[in-house]
Amino acid sequence: MESPTTQNEVQFSEAAMAEIRRYISHYPAERKKSAILPVLHIAQAEFGGWVSPQVQEKVAEILDIQPIEVFEVASFYTMFNLKPVGKHVLEVCRTGPCMLRGADGLIEHLENRLGCHVGKTSPDGLFTLKTVECLAACGMGPMLQIREKYYENLDPQKMDQLLNDLSKA
Amino acid sequence: MGLKILTEHINVPGIDTLETYRKLGGYRSVEKALKTMTPDEVVEEVKKSGLRGRGGAGFPTGLKWSFLAKPEGKPRYLVCNADESEPGTFKDRVLMEKIPHALIEGMITSSYALGARTSYIYIRGELMFVLRILEKAIAECYAAGLLGENILGSGYSLDLHVHPGGGAYICGEETALLESLEGKRGNPRNKPPFPAVWGLYGCPTVVNNVESIATVPWIVNNTGEEYAKIGVGRSTGTKLISAGGHINNPGVYEIELGLPVEEFLFSDEYCGGIWKGRKFKAIVAGGSSVPILPGELFLKTAEGTPRLMTYESLSEGGFVSGTMLGSGGFIVMDDTTCIVRNTWNFSRFYHHESCGQCSPCREGTGWMEKILHRLEHGHGHMHDIDLLVNVSKQIEGNTICPLGDAAAWPVASAVRHFRDEFEWHVKHPEKATAAGAVYSGAEDLAFA
Repeated sequence: MESPTTQNEVQFSEAAMAEIRRYISHYPAERKKSAILPVLHIAQAEFGGWVSPQVQEKVAEILDIQPIEVFEVASFYTMFNLKPVGKHVLEVCRTGPCMLRGADGLIEHLENRLGCHVGKTSPDGLFTLKTVECLAACGMGPMLQIREKYYENLDPQKMDQLLNDLSKA
Repeated sequence: MGLKILTEHINVPGIDTLETYRKLGGYRSVEKALKTMTPDEVVEEVKKSGLRGRGGAGFPTGLKWSFLAKPEGKPRYLVCNADESEPGTFKDRVLMEKIPHALIEGMITSSYALGARTSYIYIRGELMFVLRILEKAIAECYAAGLLGENILGSGYSLDLHVHPGGGAYICGEETALLESLEGKRGNPRNKPPFPAVWGLYGCPTVVNNVESIATVPWIVNNTGEEYAKIGVGRSTGTKLISAGGHINNPGVYEIELGLPVEEFLFSDEYCGGIWKGRKFKAIVAGGSSVPILPGELFLKTAEGTPRLMTYESLSEGGFVSGTMLGSGGFIVMDDTTCIVRNTWNFSRFYHHESCGQCSPCREGTGWMEKILHRLEHGHGHMHDIDLLVNVSKQIEGNTICPLGDAAAWPVASAVRHFRDEFEWHVKHPEKATAAGAVYSGAEDLAFA
C-alpha cells in the first residue's frame, strides 16, 4: 500500500506537461535546472495556488535535481506559496509609490472587509491577503495582483466591487 | 512635443501585432543590419550613439558590448533584463505591454551584433501577462522568418526565449539575474569576472535593459551620429520616464534628454504639476535607490541653476545637494507627505529584498528598518538619527552588489535634507503618530 504522501499522487495534466517540456527545450540539454522558475509557476497554478513538498519533489524529479534544490529556490522567490492558500490570493503592493497614493488605506480596508490580517486567509477560505513589494505599476497605484491579472487605480469602492465579483465567481 | 523614438506609435491600434508594427516601419533594422552591415559595424554605431544603459546605472551600452569576450568554441549570450522592480519604475513594462515588437526587433539586431545564437528575455514573474504578449509576438516572428534559422535569408540564425522570474528585486542585478536564469537563488556573483567574460553558463554574456535594447533599431536605421545629436552633452537620446506619486498625470513619458526639469514636472504635456493643488515637497527622481531631494533643490541646483533632465544635471552637487537620473522613476511627494514614514517604507523594501549574502546588507537593512519604525511610531530617541546614518555608512560600499548602496542612499539623504522632521518625530511623538499629522516646519505645529 502506498502512503498518501508519495510523489506518485502528484500528476501534472497533459497540457501542463507540454508547457513544461516547451520551457525545458529553451535551455541547453545539460541545463534543465534553468527551467525551475517557469516549472514552479506552472506547478503552483496547477495544484491549488501553492507548492507543497510533494509538488516540489515532483518538480525535482522532472528536472533531474534533488528536492532540496527545489526548496532552496521556491523559498527564495516571493511568488511561491509554501503553505495552502485561499481560493483567491490578493497581492497588494505596499511599496512607497503605492503608499503615497493610498495603499495603506486599501490594506486596512481589506483587513476589515475580509476579517483577517495580512498573511492570513479569510474565515470563509475564499481570500488570502498578502502584501508584496513594488509590482511596476507605480503610476496606477494603489493596485493589487490576483493570479496573472493586475487591478489598478483602486479605491475602497472598486475593491468592494471586485471582492463581490470574485465571491460569486 | 519632443522626438519620440520608442513611443511614437504607442497608441496606434494593433501596434502589438507584427502586421501593424511592420507597416509602420518595424524590423527595418533587422533587414539593414543582417544584410548590409557586419556585427562590428552595428557595435560601432551603438558606440557612436552615446547610448547609456537605461536600467539605472547609465553605463555606455556600446562600450559594454565591446568588452564581450569572443573565445573560440563557446557560445555568447544576450540577456535582456526585463526584471523591472525598482520602486517608481514601470516604463519597461508599459513598453513591452504596448509594443512588444520594439523589444524583439532590438533583441534580433543586438544579438546579431554580439554574435549570440540564443538570447533570453528575463522578465519578472509578476508580469506573466506581459510574458504572454511577448511570446505571442515572438511566435509571429518565427512564422515570418524573423527568428529561427537563416533570418530573412541572411544566413544568421537566432532563437529567442522569454524566461519568467519568481519575485525577487535582487534579480534586477545582472549577475543575480544570471544565477536565477540558471535555476538558482538570485545571489549576486563576485566581480570580476564580469558577465562579458563569465556570464550565463560560464559563457560571455551581455545583459542589457529593455529600453536600451529597444533603442538599438533606431540607431541602426538612422546612425549613431544622428542619435548623438539628440540630447545634451553625454546624455544623448531620449529617455522613458515613469512618473508617479502626487502628480496630476501619472504615466510613462518619452522625453528628449535635456528637457528642463520644471517643464517636465509642471507642464500639462507631462506630469501636470502637483495633485490636489498642493505644494511640491520632495522627489525621488531615479527610482527608490537614488537620494531624495527637497523640491527646491530638485528644480534648481544649490547654485541656483535650473536643472535639466540629464544624467549630469541631476547629479550636480553630488550627494550633498544632487541626486541621480537612475532608471527614470519619478516619485513625487506633496506637502502632506511624511518623510520619515516614506523612508521607513523604503527601508522595509530593501530589508525584504536583501538576498542575505553579505552581512552589512542583510543585518544593516533590518536595523535601519527597525530604527525608522520606532521613529515613525513615536518610540525614537535623538541618538537614533545619527545611529541611522552610521548604519547606512557601514552598508554603503561594503557589499558584493549595489543593493547595499541602494538601501543606504535613501536613508542618508532623507536625514541630510529632512533632519528637522526626524527630530520632530522624537520631540513630539504624540503629534508625529496622530492620524494625518505632518511636520510643516514649525516646532509648535498646531493641528486639528
